[in-house]
Order: sequence, then C-alpha cells, then structure tokens
Amino acid sequence: MTTPDHPHAQSSVRAHGSPPDGVSRRRFIGFVVAGATLTVAAEVGGAAPASAAVPSVPQVPELYDLGDLQTHSALPTSQLITITVDDHGVAHFAIPRMEVGQGITTAAAMIIADELSMPVEDVRVTLAPARPELVFNQLTGGSNTMQSMFTPIRVAAAVARGALLRAAATALGATVDSLVAQGGVVTAPDGGRRTYAELSVAAASSSTTAVDVELTPTSSFDVIGTPHNRVDALDAVTGRKRFTMDLDVPDALPTMVCRPPTLNGSPRSVDNLAAVRALPGVTDVVVVETGVAVRADTFGQCIDAVRALRVTWAGGPVEGESDDSVLRRLKAAELPMSVPTVPLLAQTVDLRFEFMFRSSAALEPNCAIADVRDDRATVWAGLKAPIVAQRNIAKALGLPIARVAVNVVTGGGSFGHKLFGDAAIEAAKISRAMGKPVKLMWHRADEPRQGRTHPMATSRIRATLLAGEVLTFEQRHTSIKTDFSHGLGERLTAMASELPAGLGNLGLAESIFTLTQELPYDFGVVTQLLNEVDMGFNTGSMRNIYSPDVACANELFIDQLARKLRKDPLSFRLAFLRNERVKACLRKVAEVGRWGRAMPAGTAQGIAIHSEYKGATAVLVEIDCRPETVNRQVRDAVTGPRVTKAVIAIDAGLVVNPRGLEAQMMGGVSDGIALALTSSNHLQDGHFLEASWDNYFYTRQWNVPPTFECIVMPSDAELPGGAGEAGVAASVAATACAYARATGTVPTRFPVNHGTVSFTPKTFVPPVPPSPTDGLAHTY
Amino acid sequence: MAQHTFRVNGESVTVDVADDVRLLWVLRDVLGITGPKYGCGINVCKACTSHINGKAFNPCSVQVKDVGPDDEITTIEGLPDTVGADLHPMQEAWLQRDVAQCGYCQPGQIMAAVALVRSVRAEGRAITDDDLDGIRNVCRCGTYTRIREAIRDGAERM
Repeated sequence: MTTPDHPHAQSSVRAHGSPPDGVSRRRFIGFVVAGATLTVAAEVGGAAPASAAVPSVPQVPELYDLGDLQTHSALPTSQLITITVDDHGVAHFAIPRMEVGQGITTAAAMIIADELSMPVEDVRVTLAPARPELVFNQLTGGSNTMQSMFTPIRVAAAVARGALLRAAATALGATVDSLVAQGGVVTAPDGGRRTYAELSVAAASSSTTAVDVELTPTSSFDVIGTPHNRVDALDAVTGRKRFTMDLDVPDALPTMVCRPPTLNGSPRSVDNLAAVRALPGVTDVVVVETGVAVRADTFGQCIDAVRALRVTWAGGPVEGESDDSVLRRLKAAELPMSVPTVPLLAQTVDLRFEFMFRSSAALEPNCAIADVRDDRATVWAGLKAPIVAQRNIAKALGLPIARVAVNVVTGGGSFGHKLFGDAAIEAAKISRAMGKPVKLMWHRADEPRQGRTHPMATSRIRATLLAGEVLTFEQRHTSIKTDFSHGLGERLTAMASELPAGLGNLGLAESIFTLTQELPYDFGVVTQLLNEVDMGFNTGSMRNIYSPDVACANELFIDQLARKLRKDPLSFRLAFLRNERVKACLRKVAEVGRWGRAMPAGTAQGIAIHSEYKGATAVLVEIDCRPETVNRQVRDAVTGPRVTKAVIAIDAGLVVNPRGLEAQMMGGVSDGIALALTSSNHLQDGHFLEASWDNYFYTRQWNVPPTFECIVMPSDAELPGGAGEAGVAASVAATACAYARATGTVPTRFPVNHGTVSFTPKTFVPPVPPSPTDGLAHTY
Repeated sequence: MAQHTFRVNGESVTVDVADDVRLLWVLRDVLGITGPKYGCGINVCKACTSHINGKAFNPCSVQVKDVGPDDEITTIEGLPDTVGADLHPMQEAWLQRDVAQCGYCQPGQIMAAVALVRSVRAEGRAITDDDLDGIRNVCRCGTYTRIREAIRDGAERM
C-alpha cells in the first residue's frame, strides 16, 4: 500500500554516516545495488559521537543533545535506505519516517531533486512499512527527521546521479566531467541528450558495487533552501489525500469500542450483549481489555451500539483522583533545592508553576485497520514508531514478527500522539477476537478521556541575585511519568556507553530531560532536575516533551528577575544570554515586533526565547486582556485574552524548505497560545471531563493573532536542525510573559483559564454523546 | 433498511440504509466518498463540512431520511464541478498559499470558506476579520493564519 508502483525496479540507493579519515566532509561511499533499473544505497556510518567529557558549563545539550542520540543511533542502519530511479525517470524513496503534516515528504523530495538535478515533481516519497532491520532508524520524533536523514538521503541521491552520469557518458560518447545534468536530462558538450528515463536501465548494475561520491557543496543548492509547496497539497485540497479511515480494505467494517467511565477502567460484565448484537447494522460485539468492541456496517451504527451497551466496569488505577490530589502527589515528590552557600546580602526569588494535563490528540482520532488471521496479521495505521508497534502486535497475537505486516499511513496530525501504536494494537486484538478485519476508530470523546495526555507537571525555580548578577538558578521539574515506551528509551539504553559522562547514572526520563533542557543564560550555578510520579495515566510527548512547560516557567521567572533588577525584559535577556544564535533571534523579533512600543493599559508585549534541536527561537507577542476583549462572546467557546500579534524568529540551521518551516512555526505559535491560555483536561473523580473540541479549547479562529510574522534566520550551518516542535516553547512562554505584564499578575497555573470549567461535561455512561439530528437547522 | 435517494456531486444516488444513519456515514461508509472527515461527530469540529443545495452543512448531524431526491449534496470531491473547472478558485487559493499541513481538516475548511464567501457576498459586503474569527472549523495543526489569507485570496478569485 505504501510501496510505489515501479514494476521494473528492484533498485535502491543507500547512504552511510561519516566520511573516511582524511576525506572531505562531502565525500562518502555508497552502493549501486543490483537491479533492473538504477538502484542505489548510501553509506554514512561511523560518525563519532560528541566528546564524552561534559564540563558543568556549558550544559549537556549544548554538546550532545537528544537529536544527536537519535541521529547516532540511526547511523548504523542508514545504508539500508534506498532510492530507485525507474524507467519513467521517476525517483522513488520510501522514507522510514511518518508524514503527519510536518512536511518531511516534501523536504525529502526536495533533497533528492537537488542532488539528482531533477524536478521535485518527479520524486515520489512514500512511507516505508515497519522494517525491523532498521532497528533504531524508524522513529519519527524529537524533530529529528531532517537531522538524521539529510545526509543519508543526499548520499543515496548522489550515488544515483553518478551512475546516471556514467551511463550517459557511455551513451553520448563524452566524459562524465563534461556532462551537465539538469531537470532530469543529461546533456553533452555536443548537444547530445539523454533523459533519466532513458538512462535508468543502462545505469543499473547486475552486481552491487561500492562507489565514492562527493556531495554537491551547499553553495550550489538550487532546490534546498528555496520555498516549495507541499508535494501532497493538491491531494489535500481535493479530498484525494487518503488517511487510514479512507482506505478500502476488504471486509474491514467500521468498529468502535464502548469505553469505561473512568480512566483505564475495564469491563466486568455486559448485561445486553445479545440485544446489541441484534441492532441494525451490527455484525459483532466482543469484550476486550479496553472495553466492549462493536463492528457494524457504518460508524453511525457503531456509535448507536456503543451507546446501547450496558456494561459493569472496574474502576481503574486513578479512580477517585482529581487535579488537586494529583497536584498533592507532585508537590510531595518535588526534589529539594541544593543552593550552594551564597552571600548573606543575596536576594532570593522563588516561584512555583503548575501545568495541567493536556490532550495530545490530533484531529484525526486514533484509528487503525487490522486483518488478523490464524497465522498472520496485516495492520494499517499512522505510526511514528512502526517497529515497536509491530513487535507489540506480534506479542499480543502470539505471532512471529515476520508474520505481522505493519503499513504506515500518512497521519492527520500527530503531535506525539501517534508515537504509540495504541489503536493498532487494539485493532489487532479486536480483529482476532472477532475473526474478521476491522476498521477501528476512536470516538472523539474517547480521545481526551482515555487517550494519551501530556502529563501534569510542576516547575519550581529559585534564583539568587547579588549586585546585578544572577549567582544561582535552580529548577526542580516534577511531572507525572511520561511514557517513553515508543522506542526512544531503548535507544538511550543501547547508546548508554556513548553518552556524555554522568548520564549513565540517571534514569531514563532524567536522561532525556538532561539531553533536552538547555538554559542558555549565564546564571552562575545552574541545576535543573526532574522527578517523576507514576500513577497510571496514559501519557506521552506532546509536540515536545518537557520544554514548553520548562521554558514557560523559566521565561516567566526571568521576567521577574529582570523586574527585581529594574531591567527591561529584552535588555536583561540580551545581557545574560550566552548563545549568539538565540540573541540574534531575540533582536530580530524585538525589531520586527517593535518591542517597547507604547501600548494601552490592559494590553502588553511579551518576549521569550528557546534553544533546542540545534537551533534557536524567539517570540514576541502582544496580548489584549481588556474586559471588552476577554468577555467577547462566541458560542460554545473560550474567548478570553486575545493574542493580537505574534512574531517568531527561528534559526533552524540549514533550512531545506523555508515555506514548510514557516508553517511549522505558525502551528507552534497556535499550540503555544492554547497551552498558555485555554487548553487543558480537568481530572475529576477519576475521569477527564473533556469530550470534544467544545470542551477542549485548542486555539480556534477567534483566538488566532490577526498579525503573524515568521522570520527564518540566515544560517551557515551545514546540517538542518529540528523544526516540528521548535516553535512551541518560546510561544507559550512569550504568551505567558505578555499576560503577566498586561494583567500585572504572574500566572502560576497553566493554562490560565484552567480554574473555570466553562462547559457541561458530556455523558460518561454511555461514554459517547448522541449524534445530533438538527444539522439542517444550521446551514449557511 | 430503507431506500433513500438524493443527489451527490451531480449524480442521483440511491442507498439502502436505515433512516437514522447520519449522512456522513452514508457518504463515507456506504458510498465511499471520503473527502468529508470525521473529527467529532457532534457538529463541533466541522471537518465534515459539505454543501446542501449550495449551503454549508455538517453531514454528521443530518439523518439520511431528512434528505430527498431533489437535495444536492456537494462534497469537496464535487466542488470543482460547481464552477466547471479542474479546481475551484478557493482550492487554487489554498494551493497558492500552501495552506495544508496534515490536510485532515482541509476539505471541511475549504467548503466552509466557499460558503462564507457566498454568504458575505449575498449581503453585498467584503469579508471582515470578524467573519474570519467566526469560522468554527478546527485545525489542530494550527495553520489558521494561512487559512485566513487563503479565504481572502479565494474570495477575490471567486
């Protein structure tokens, strides 16, 4: 399903890690792989990890971050990626990552087109199914795709280019050096021409041969670095783009699950199985671990059947818990500060922030298609870690991994949600129990209530000041446990011996915290520590792991330090920042956003920075907290303070597609606004109250800043940094800082509206609301 | 089961399905028209926004028995035909602005945008920021600014 249709080609290009000693950084070894048309592979292995010695200053991520860990753990298998050029002149690449809207298929097509001197339109990038041989090289997360795949893809494309040129040299009677490749056509000095389509068979090899390649210097890029529209845009705007639930798998009928009224509860007994089985359209009803599964001719009939079921439930691990009880557990787990002795006259600033549970659900709910037979299984789903999903499905079904095919389908958003194969595993179990193929969809209400959340967390910060200097900065971040069982944890364990000194003694989450948290200020003695509490919540990353919360706490705190020292937030940051790229971003947003301009009472600017993913961001927002704005009325909505302007500057290193990067920053700002102001789950009596988008207040058009500007900073970096999550942290922080300045009150709980439950919770039994019937009364 | 006849994207169709099945599932699960997406099923997220007799509506909230042989349903798949072109001007604007990220909400966004432009035009006025603020379609990727730009652009092309 995800394999391109190229009947003649068995070919591929592979790329591998670092260059041999003494060879330029652009020289690599690749392979022309035996095949009927041109197939190449690249060899990019062996890059030495960063130095193992980490001084106390700078911090760990400045030398070796989570991206390095991911990139280095992917290197040994990077030669297993292949590019094929078929006899139509089309280049095919099945990327071992998942497209979820972040634009990696477009970026990969651009990289290949640049190195192969061919039109982007002639490059087809599809999503590879689960490939267990890739081990650590098939996880989409940590904004790492371009970091880890940029060079392997280029090397593979360069091998293909070399093979095509050699074939052209023979065909045209010219030397390779005299040929010019452009637009998928090779031209000789005498005007002789051959297209890649014509050359693809001649360029093929009957045996696999190692070749040296030299990559195009970055100065001669003509596709990379130029704005390009998404390769799937036409499909998206015509409705032709197909997501999991749009796939037509024979006999995979709509299937849903009646879920418990409390988080992670389980079914004890069902009173009316026979009656529900007899409902119109219903074909099967079975009890599974997570609830009672229903299969029917249409999803509408599944919803009716779910509502009709009478189930007795067991309560689950957090029965009776609420926001307050969880907060008490977190407070009790907060690690003590360990401030070294400071002079008596030093001033101390101490603040504590709380971050509520947030649903990481995308608009496309959890869904998967599964066709499980006695001796094999086939699954289709949006999966960012398909190898782990494949393993878990095999284990759940008692099948060998080789008998479980896992197809990766483009996702309708992810934001971390699709790191886990929850729906795929559940669908496989249901298919086995029913003995039939199923197309499983979670109801929207299931998502905030039973789906993955970003864990509740607190962040306490204490700093000491003396004579205009910050002597110490201590942060104690305490979080409900974040689930890393999607494969990142395994990588960390496997790479333990390569990690900077000291990390080996930390637990998994603490290691990831240390590898991602960077406070790019000169604040004397800095300590940032994480502690976790495991209460049995369904958690995961949500467009970043810890950084949006940590950055929000830090930057709000830094504004308070600036106030103590009677300094402007901008000049204070510029005085203490030690990272020039961060400073450049900060100066840029201050200039473009006109930092410090006069603003009416009740409105204010906020400014914040973040440093991660080998890059830097700064955000300036303006917020309107005046009553006439805060109290504006929109039906079934949260209005509240309005961010009226957002300016974001990003230095993401080498930028493949500036238009895509800008899109990611736009999304990051939308997320940041929601995290600061409106979006959270309320835990009450063992369940989350939220059940849909009229309860869970992600940013909507009435919350969007009317003015948005994104500046992509110039960079001389040779490699891309991360983009997908990079825009969130500084956005939530800047919004929080602006809110504090506009209202004169430093918010300490996020989102700021969490204290108000502004909706009537939907039914818990049955677990999903009825489908409305009055749609024709609301046409426009 | 009962037979229901209505028009979809210019063609008359007859389906054999219970009266109360919502039109979204008739389109998707019975007819295989998958442009309208499920995002909530309760007329909140607007991912299924389509047109009935030229007006925007949400098929997740309409029972199949409530549409008749003369009702013309237009989904994103049939939008270009309403202007006799390969693409509707709003789709062109969407491409020009590279609006889509994951793309899941985009069919509904475009159908809502076309209806908004038509209704504002019927009032004899131009689109305002308030009109754009009033669009209820959720985009969880957060590409709202490009949506706003594309609607203004599409309105000029329409």
